[in-house]
Amino acid sequence: MEFEEDSTASKRMKIAENEDPITKVQFSALIVDDDPLIRKIHSEVLNSLGFQTRVAKSGKEAVDLYHAGANFDIVFMDMQMPVMNGIEATKELRGMGVSTKIVGVSSECSESEIEAFILAGLDLYYAKPLTDANKIIPLMEDLKNKSVPNEGPKKTM
Amino acid sequence: MDVISQLQRQFIDYTSSLYREGYVDDQFSQLQKLQDESNPDFVVEVVSLFFDDCQKLVQNMAQALEQQNVDFKQVDSHVHQLKGSSSSVGASRVKNACIAFRTFCEAQNREGCLRCLQQVNQEYSVLKNKLQQLFRLEQQITAAGGSIPMVE
Repeated sequence: MEFEEDSTASKRMKIAENEDPITKVQFSALIVDDDPLIRKIHSEVLNSLGFQTRVAKSGKEAVDLYHAGANFDIVFMDMQMPVMNGIEATKELRGMGVSTKIVGVSSECSESEIEAFILAGLDLYYAKPLTDANKIIPLMEDLKNKSVPNEGPKKTM
Repeated sequence: MDVISQLQRQFIDYTSSLYREGYVDDQFSQLQKLQDESNPDFVVEVVSLFFDDCQKLVQNMAQALEQQNVDFKQVDSHVHQLKGSSSSVGASRVKNACIAFRTFCEAQNREGCLRCLQQVNQEYSVLKNKLQQLFRLEQQITAAGGSIPMVE
């Protein structure tokens, strides 16, 4: 399992503290994707917006993280992954009672695949790559406005 | 014009040409925007990962196409992956070559696939050279004490 260094994020947080109120709140994100290129790009985008990020290389790793007691404010889930794909992983997590916001992120899916992905328990679906801050900032607003805290043990970083 | 301004001018012109000629698209500029002082090598790192990906996938495609009975689904899945990667970094010519490639995979046309493989190989080699040149320019600017201009 890979652990993402958050020193960059905290550096940016210090810089951003006096600016946008959104970036004052630190959210945690889990990026699930088998492609290291995508993991790197998505981590950077999220870090730059103030997220602390962690990565998982497959659906199974993501599920294992939750089994081990990890929790996140939001999960970005790729669809096509070996071992356990995004649809299966999402179903598993929902089956475990995980209420975290799950955003499906994938490329080139057919209508039916997207539908199946959403039905598995996604909150939202975006096409890859997710580098548009305009898509992510509303998600952060939602997280801020959440009245019910996430189910699960306190996260350890 | 002093050295730094000259280099910066060169950098701007070269970057603009890459966009104009369709080597990179807006996705690449999104990546450039993510780079800053706390993360100065982001673009170089992402691009390196991409070219490693390319090399590996092209090899896999070549091997798959050499088989007696070509597994076109297998070839297609490699092309799909490369299309995804190239799209993520903004390598639009490579991406377009992949799009064409997939049609030949679907048609199970080996000759067509081989032609596309050649095309993909060429596009990624050319892009690699172009981006290496771009990074060299960046290094020269930084070494001279200047800052890298943002090209919109």
